[in-house]
Amino acid sequence: MFAVVLNFISPLCKLGAIADDEVCSLKIRLLWFVAAGLLWLSGLTLAQAALTIEITQGVEGAMPVAVVPFGWQGPPGSKAPEDVAAVITADLQRSGRFSPLPVSDMLSRPTEGAQVNFRDWRLLNVENLVVGRVVPSGDSYIVQFQLFDVFRAAPLIGYSIRSTASGLRLTAHQISDLIYETLMGEPGAFATRIAYVTEIRSRDGARQFSLQVADADGHNPQPVLNSAQPLLSPSWSPDGKRLAYVSFESQRPAIYIQDIESGRRELVTSYPGLNGAPVWSPDGKRLALVLSRSGNADIYVLDLERRNLQQITRDYAIDTEPVWYPDGTALIFTSDRGGTPQLYRVLLADGRAKRLTFEGRYNTRASFSPDGKRIAMVHGDQGEFHIAVMEMDGGAMQVLTDSRLDESPSFAPNGSMIIYATEDKGRGVLSAVSVDGRVKQRLALQIGDAREPAWSPYTGTQ
Amino acid sequence: MNVVKKLLIVSVPLFILAGCASTPETTMDEPAMQEEAAPAAVEQPVAAVATPVEASTGFSGHPLDDPSNLLSERVVYFDFDKSDIKSEFRDIIAAHATYLSNHPSASITLEGHCDERGSREYNMGLGERRANAVSKFLMLQGVAARQIEVVSYGEERPAAFGHDESSWQLNRRAEILYKSR
Repeated sequence: MFAVVLNFISPLCKLGAIADDEVCSLKIRLLWFVAAGLLWLSGLTLAQAALTIEITQGVEGAMPVAVVPFGWQGPPGSKAPEDVAAVITADLQRSGRFSPLPVSDMLSRPTEGAQVNFRDWRLLNVENLVVGRVVPSGDSYIVQFQLFDVFRAAPLIGYSIRSTASGLRLTAHQISDLIYETLMGEPGAFATRIAYVTEIRSRDGARQFSLQVADADGHNPQPVLNSAQPLLSPSWSPDGKRLAYVSFESQRPAIYIQDIESGRRELVTSYPGLNGAPVWSPDGKRLALVLSRSGNADIYVLDLERRNLQQITRDYAIDTEPVWYPDGTALIFTSDRGGTPQLYRVLLADGRAKRLTFEGRYNTRASFSPDGKRIAMVHGDQGEFHIAVMEMDGGAMQVLTDSRLDESPSFAPNGSMIIYATEDKGRGVLSAVSVDGRVKQRLALQIGDAREPAWSPYTGTQ
Repeated sequence: MNVVKKLLIVSVPLFILAGCASTPETTMDEPAMQEEAAPAAVEQPVAAVATPVEASTGFSGHPLDDPSNLLSERVVYFDFDKSDIKSEFRDIIAAHATYLSNHPSASITLEGHCDERGSREYNMGLGERRANAVSKFLMLQGVAARQIEVVSYGEERPAAFGHDESSWQLNRRAEILYKSR
């Protein structure tokens, strides 16, 4: 029988959401463009925007695991609204750390612990086994599962999770996270989302840009904003509810903040010149951004509550692409003040900058790992642009990718993977690579180009 | 006499050849050469820009609409990660500077663009720097700041959509767009 260790109230509850009242109640002279926001919503069909995932490189010796198709305890002849086991299998496979057993190779298909014959699985060299079932309960569903260590014939974890028909995919991702954390010793990032920009060019040359948010596995893409003008640099608020981005809808760059759920949005800056690279501070109260109102690109920090602007860099060079240190006291940014674009660190307290990268002539667009121990960047070398990581304690730079036009790295919230944009057969695609460079996957749009990926923080909201 | 005549006959084609060799870039460059010679001269150079070309090519109308006039060239190209103006584009920018100084009510938007390589926000800064380089050049030649608006599109509005140098070289550019003449 199932050991019900924990009841999740609902997969829709906020598992790790930050209650950020200050930010949620931004009232001071905010211009909300509700109507405009809704006007932009609509347009792309889901089919056009759907991403498909292909694992392009996996780890040798990935952990053999079996996820048995979940039982269904609905009325005879009916079917579960979602194949939960298939979603979990795809998650584990995609991580590159697991090698799931094909269903056709299974000698038995238990749906609860009492039915498991461990010998069936030892014969197949399966180390870990997942069994479970979906039970309808009024308007909702209860998903029960248990994870076993096959060789010790011991249950590792078991959960009973309440869900809804449309929430079953998220429940499956949460189960993947629980399995991943139990077996890998670090949190999973399957129940998270990605924001990205798509572009579709029609034959007459018209361009349709769309800011999208999808599940981390590419499913459920939702347009946040459609525009005939370029959109770029989406950045997640720490609570995962809002995106800051740059829109050229007025023919000039301007920074907006938009609530994903309601579509309400707010114009943040539209100074003459550049308005770019907005990034939320870890506490969600400030926005680092780039303005050129002083004549050239410099880094500023905007206090979202008080609306005051602090200039951080003052240099004739291009200073851009700020990212926050996890403790919020400093920024890393790109600057070509030394002749070539390189990464620098600036302390907010004194504004002094220190160069961080010295290897190669082009190191830009840093992304911090969530633990602050390493950064990913765009590393240009011999006319090619790769994703590289560097340890913050002075370690060497490691190049992770080998395609030639890689950009926009963004760490998964568990630090295990980096999603980035690249080009494949003339099209813009999203790819993800593990921080050790051993696992690669590609997320391709069926039509058009995808770029500017940003991995969400942990939120638990959908 | 005969000898002199023969010398003349021989020397005329030589002269023409020599002339061609020293200005190999066809008649399009001619007006600019005149302009560079007298960049600060007021009023006349604009007429000088238009008139000889009209006469020689048969195009007529506004000098900005004349495809054989330097003013019809509105794009300045750059090297990778560079914003310095290459010598071959100085004549074009100078022609626009002269026109703009002589037409104080005329105004332009300078759009800065980049190729797709490298990061997008850095390219946003680089595109602005390219447009600013053209802007500075224009202002040094007497164009008023109020006549110029600078906007960078970074790599977001490529002129060519390929993923190799043949497209990239067309995308690293600053465009001169007349808002009013």
